[in-house]
Amino acid sequence: MVPVNYYLALAAFLFGIGLVGVVVKRNMLVVFMCIELMLNSANLTFLAFARRWGSLGGHAIAFFVIAVAAAEAAVGLAIVIAVFRTRGTLDVGDVTLLKS
Amino acid sequence: MSDRAESVVFWIFAIPLMASAAGVVVARNPVNAAMSLVAAFFFLAGIYVLLAAHLIAFLQVLVYAGAIMVLFLFVIMLLTTGDDALKRARLKFAQVAGAFGAAGVVAVVLVAIYDLGPTEMPRVASDFGTLRAVGRLLYTQYLLPFEATSLLLLVAIVGAVVVAKQRI
Repeated sequence: MVPVNYYLALAAFLFGIGLVGVVVKRNMLVVFMCIELMLNSANLTFLAFARRWGSLGGHAIAFFVIAVAAAEAAVGLAIVIAVFRTRGTLDVGDVTLLKS
Repeated sequence: MSDRAESVVFWIFAIPLMASAAGVVVARNPVNAAMSLVAAFFFLAGIYVLLAAHLIAFLQVLVYAGAIMVLFLFVIMLLTTGDDALKRARLKFAQVAGAFGAAGVVAVVLVAIYDLGPTEMPRVASDFGTLRAVGRLLYTQYLLPFEATSLLLLVAIVGAVVVAKQRI
């Protein structure tokens, strides 16, 4: 059997990659993809612990996370389209309306 | 499945998963990043099957790799900014510092996971993680969150239309 630590380390690695992407990347769409990656790493942790303790609660939570991710992607991409339409850019550094 | 075979299957899925996840951050073209993310979702579905989460693995391919990534690709197609977006931008100090901070967070978490010590997985029932078992749980213990999710999806649909449409 693969111990649960391996799955948790894999999830931590995925979360770290997503975090680095959110911090480093400038393209709004790629930042969104990295957020999806972080949500998936959280799902992997839930499922690993569900398998470890033989409880199906983690599967239910993972189901809800997938539903929330779908809603978040729809609204987030709509916001990206609205920002691109009004400001003509996808760069997160150029959207500074609240800064002044 | 024997221990050794399970370990081999784990690494068969885990190594390409890490590589394609890194590809999302490394890729300069958003389309390449999206395709890399699709590959990562497929490998992650394999890991889910290894964890006996068959329903979630199925939903991962159907919802994530199918629906959400198609949405991403459509938006990338709509918002083409030309070649200037592909230029290598100079990294700011804050970005580099943030990346190192993220690496530090991961290092701390990895040490904490290592300190857990190897914990063996118990045997689970044969219907663990199937549609029948998870569905029964969703419709009994998690009925209220399940119904709230349907409301959330409705709000998301209406919100997306209102935000993205030019004139209602």
